[in-house]
Amino acid sequence: MDVLTLSRIQFGATAAFHYLYPPLSIGLGLLLVIMEGAWLKTGNTLYHQMARFWTRVFALTFAIGVATGIVMEFEFGTNWAAYSRFVGDVFGSALAAEGIFAFFLESGFLAVLLFGWDKVSRKMHFFSTCMVCLGAHFSAVWIIVANSWMQTPAGYHIVGEGLHARAEITNFWQLVFNPSSMERLSHTVCGAWCTGAFLVVSVSAWYLLKGKHLEFARKSLKVGLTVALLASLLQAVTGHISAQGVAKNQPVKLAAFEGLYETTSNAPLTVIGWVDEQNQKVVGLQLPDMLSFMAFNSFHATVTGLDSVPPEDRPPVQASFMFFHGMIGIGFTMIAIAALGFLYFRHGSLHERRWLLWILVFSVLLPQMANQLGWFAAEVGRQPWIVYGVLRTPEGLSAVVKANVVLSSLILFTLIYFLLFAVFIYLLNDKIQHGPHEDDLIPSGKLALPTRN
Amino acid sequence: MHPDLNTIWFVLVGVLFTGYAMLDGFDLGIGALHLFTKDDTERRILINSIGPVWDGNEVWLVTGGGALFAAFPNVYATVFSGFYLALMLLLAALIFRAVAIEFRSKRPEHWWRQTWDVGFAAGSIVSSLLIGTALGNIAWGVPVDANGEFAGTFLGLLTPYPLLVGVTTVALFMMHGAIYGVMKTEGALHDKLRVWAMRCIIFFVICAVTLTMATLLYVPHMSERVRNNPWLFTVALANMLAIANIPREFHHGNDGKAFLSSCAAIITLMALFALNIFPNLVYSLPNPENSLNIYNAASSSKTLGIMLVIACIGVPVVIAYTVCIYWIFRGKVKIDRMSY
Repeated sequence: MDVLTLSRIQFGATAAFHYLYPPLSIGLGLLLVIMEGAWLKTGNTLYHQMARFWTRVFALTFAIGVATGIVMEFEFGTNWAAYSRFVGDVFGSALAAEGIFAFFLESGFLAVLLFGWDKVSRKMHFFSTCMVCLGAHFSAVWIIVANSWMQTPAGYHIVGEGLHARAEITNFWQLVFNPSSMERLSHTVCGAWCTGAFLVVSVSAWYLLKGKHLEFARKSLKVGLTVALLASLLQAVTGHISAQGVAKNQPVKLAAFEGLYETTSNAPLTVIGWVDEQNQKVVGLQLPDMLSFMAFNSFHATVTGLDSVPPEDRPPVQASFMFFHGMIGIGFTMIAIAALGFLYFRHGSLHERRWLLWILVFSVLLPQMANQLGWFAAEVGRQPWIVYGVLRTPEGLSAVVKANVVLSSLILFTLIYFLLFAVFIYLLNDKIQHGPHEDDLIPSGKLALPTRN
Repeated sequence: MHPDLNTIWFVLVGVLFTGYAMLDGFDLGIGALHLFTKDDTERRILINSIGPVWDGNEVWLVTGGGALFAAFPNVYATVFSGFYLALMLLLAALIFRAVAIEFRSKRPEHWWRQTWDVGFAAGSIVSSLLIGTALGNIAWGVPVDANGEFAGTFLGLLTPYPLLVGVTTVALFMMHGAIYGVMKTEGALHDKLRVWAMRCIIFFVICAVTLTMATLLYVPHMSERVRNNPWLFTVALANMLAIANIPREFHHGNDGKAFLSSCAAIITLMALFALNIFPNLVYSLPNPENSLNIYNAASSSKTLGIMLVIACIGVPVVIAYTVCIYWIFRGKVKIDRMSY
């Protein structure tokens, strides 16, 4: 394989593995704030027990998230040096802001969240939990601003020519609020909330099935299912807005998502199917006129097809189509599962429906799969560009790095990440089997003191 | 010399990497000393002495890297692609170290803990060595072609002088970590660490003297600015006094002051390094005209200005809560049920 393919595989694989963890940190961060807030408000120590149990899981995901995140930052320079030179002026400020505003906040207050239970007051601890949650969300803001700039560049101009050409910033706020950043941010964050909520739901459902920690499981389900339902509904809304943005800002990408070769009005929407790339058409169940309506709010609107650009400017169609439709299918499944679970929980009969509990146990995989597919769709759909319409992916490569070197680092990371993943699953399972600590029902140290109101 | 934005960012990137060396330095040092004790409780105390702060400390590296990317993208691109294999090894070492801290005490089995302990210690030593060797290469000079691309090989980076800087870094961090450990522990482990700290100080002093001689003899450009501006010799003097003060304070039992002296030694070492490479960031050998400096490798002044605003808002806040967090976790380490 050539150095381009290997570098793309390595970046894709390390990013995909990394992205298993930050959504958990963001989602669990929000749930920790809710749980600890509920404890402070109601004084019910069950919430304290919940917060402490999920904090332990949070710590585990956070450590791997940090360790695999540094890899991402370094890879821009190691594998994509030409890209780094080209975008450093605009991209770098977002990364620097991420470090200063997000990572310091997150890792600093994490210390209090994890180890400060007996050292600080309730309010101070709750404040730290909020700061960790905020830091996790800030990190999403800056990295998605940077990534969205690669999708819909704005607030820059090109200086220099040939090898020495680079993008320079002209307007910082146009860069931050580039056409796709806010809609993609909201969509990504909803995905992260789903990821955290479905983990809580899954573990709690499993406790109910096994007849263990029943009170703990019910309270966790209440929080988890509520967040899961709200977040998965919001996910559909933000997804729709994002897709309309893609239709407007990256029409070729949308055409690849839908396998639409010909520019046409009254474009059909594919519910399920595949792309027949040979004959340039989609095989499957289609709803007439719906793509026009979904993309532009009008059944007669003209949707740009892949034929608007020469073949070398098109992304891989089949892959983009599959990732995109896979994500949507899973998204709607999540809404259905969360709604069913929520209704039966409100009805008070969830614990009797073992089939549904089993579905809830396995539902933890769905948001993770949707997150991955969504990112694959976003990044594969951006091809052949590394900065949309400005710089092609092969032009971003490091000039001095050879294929065999990338192959060796790819093998190294594959081995390490398989090991990490195995250990992570083993320890996560260990924590779940062990369950919440009974003595966490009684707050100790300074937390035992009532809050002064 | 008029301080322009490029110079300010040269200083700021230097401050971030110095902060990293000063803070993560003691974490890495604790890691390097980890296997010297065989006792499980003592190992847990060592890990928990850095438990609440290590990942905040590592953020200094992440932010330093981000700042380098943003302020001097050409340096970031040339160095990171040029030092490819070395950086991949550094990443592997940092990953093992990070997860070992999190994983090791999660299971009681001896083999499990021993495996992660080795990962923690090896990860810490390899990280320190690689960071030092990279810095040594920057000091010595690396081959850069007319396009600003690295023109050397991986093995070409492993020459004696950079490796000497690498070993000195390991010694420095071990000393720094041992003194930190002395501050954070009590009882038998405290007494052990006291002995190790003295040995580490000797190890470091030998390395530092050797490195100073080697630099003066073989790397003349690394003392040029101080040679031409004799008043800058005060920095070298401050460095020597800081190092000499470490065993002195230590002997008097002022562990906190010994630690501060060790911090001062790191700061002055980094200052000497920065003073002599300025205004270059990557000194090109054998073609000094290809060197990447703070002007030909920098982002536009608009970006540098925007980032300065970001830094002025963010950095004071970061320093304020970092101090608070160190304050909350002051005192000797006690193992409780939330510990690693």
